Amino acid sequence: MSVKQISIFLENKAGRLDEMTKVLADNSVNMRAVSLAETDGFGIVRIIVDDPYAATTVLKDAGYINKLTSVVIVEVPNSPGGLNKVLKVFTDSQINLEYIYALSAGKQPENAYMIFRVSDHKSAEAALVHAGIRVLTQEDIVAL
Amino acid sequence: MERYYQEEIECAAPEKIRGIQDEKLVAQVKHVWDNVPYYRKKMEEKGVTPDDIKSVDDLHKLPFLSKYDLRDAYPYGLLGVPLKDCVRIHSTSGTTGKRVVAFYTQGDIDLWEDCCARAITAAGGTKEDVCHVSYGYGLFTGGLGLHGGSQKAGCLTVPVSSGNTERQIMFIRDLQATILCCTPSYAAYLGESMKEMGMGPDDIPLKAGIFGAEAWSEEMRHDIEKTLGIKAYDIYGLTELSGPGVAFECSAQNGMHINEDHFIAEIIDPDTEEVLPDGSQGELVFTAIDKKAFPMMRYRTRDICTLHREKCSCGRTFIKMEKPKGRTDDMLIIRGVNVFPSQIETVLLENGYQANYQIIVDRVNNTDTLDVHVEMTPEMFTDDITEINKRQADLVKGMLSMLGIKAKVTLVAPKSITRSEGKAVRVIDNRKI
Repeated sequence: MSVKQISIFLENKAGRLDEMTKVLADNSVNMRAVSLAETDGFGIVRIIVDDPYAATTVLKDAGYINKLTSVVIVEVPNSPGGLNKVLKVFTDSQINLEYIYALSAGKQPENAYMIFRVSDHKSAEAALVHAGIRVLTQEDIVAL
Repeated sequence: MERYYQEEIECAAPEKIRGIQDEKLVAQVKHVWDNVPYYRKKMEEKGVTPDDIKSVDDLHKLPFLSKYDLRDAYPYGLLGVPLKDCVRIHSTSGTTGKRVVAFYTQGDIDLWEDCCARAITAAGGTKEDVCHVSYGYGLFTGGLGLHGGSQKAGCLTVPVSSGNTERQIMFIRDLQATILCCTPSYAAYLGESMKEMGMGPDDIPLKAGIFGAEAWSEEMRHDIEKTLGIKAYDIYGLTELSGPGVAFECSAQNGMHINEDHFIAEIIDPDTEEVLPDGSQGELVFTAIDKKAFPMMRYRTRDICTLHREKCSCGRTFIKMEKPKGRTDDMLIIRGVNVFPSQIETVLLENGYQANYQIIVDRVNNTDTLDVHVEMTPEMFTDDITEINKRQADLVKGMLSMLGIKAKVTLVAPKSITRSEGKAVRVIDNRKI
């Protein structure tokens, strides 16, 4: 059920993110979510797209080193305590979070969508489903 | 089975080779005394005449030549024959200081091509082989030198020269090339490009490669051997002494046999200029005893290496030189410590990176800084920053233990470090000293 995120290596230099996103734009790849983690020398850009396999080919052809990583995308009520409820499930199941970021909410403003990179995405999904929380598939993201 | 191009000399008894050297040295000193006023003056200043040189034992009496002499005598000052007797020139890439222009008679070209043919034959080249030469053709000695040697060895020679990597790979595959001649960095680049084109070692018929003209490490040899599916042989030479082929590797792959019937090698202490015994590390000095147009006497190569005269499993009796550790002028002195680019390359390869790097030296607040730019590879990239940082820290640790000083490691985008298709630019020294 997990969704594939693309992680891309970028040098931490002016204009690098601009160049990379231009490659995606020129190839009509729409980013549904983006997050940037940086150190003083390099950065990792993480993106969610509708078709990760097509996007990785585009990136590879343009000379970008990238990897697919499994992440869990969860529907969170757009109201106080919404995220906390999800995090409690992880805590109870002893699942460690590496990082989180948000997905653009599309046409359904009553919900937000959070992307979680966790220590064990299969157990995380099972625990979330058990708690009655909606976990999104790649098809769900395309449909949002 | 070991193959030889000129077995009678390559495997001659050491006494026989020594006899040839004695005789040729005496004649060469006389030739130079009579025809090269620049060197004659140096001999006179040292109080040496041709009568003082009776055998190789007297070699140490002769004055040295260095890059500075070549610069002072540019372009004709070291010419040993009238220009009308020369048939070709070659020139160095001129990365440091003035270009060196070397002259050749037809005889000089013949003996040089023989040296290259010995190298190609030692790497397994025969009449049945197709030899793909992607050294640059032109003033650079690599292309035309190996080209001539390949033809003498009887190989079908493909003079493809450098550039257009995809076409090169296509030629190697379609024309069934079995031997590749180029710089080691270009061989590695060919391997990378093949991978990108979805090709592996089984897709090309190459069996051996002869790589020289720049420093490369043992780890880089293993890398190239694996990606191209070949045996990689080292070759040594310099334009001043003719070009590639002064020394070449045999099947033992543990040092290069010096073509002692044409060149006498010595190791000296670069500071005191004292000759050191076999087995000591020092600066390599060559005397060309056959070349007539550009007769280099006791030429200081600036290469740091060691000579070994032990019996070789290949049957050749020529003395062997180790792969040069670096050049006295490649050597960087950083915070008072001697650093050779080849040491940094070794650390990179040991840690799973490729040899795509650049060393940037600068001086900030009177302290030298050493920054090593390393290209990220798909194999070393992961989504986990902690892991990347850990691998980066391992590199810093590896360099600290190899060099004795701390380097900063910067990971850069793939293919962002300039690869000229000849020699890679490895060092940028921004210090204003």
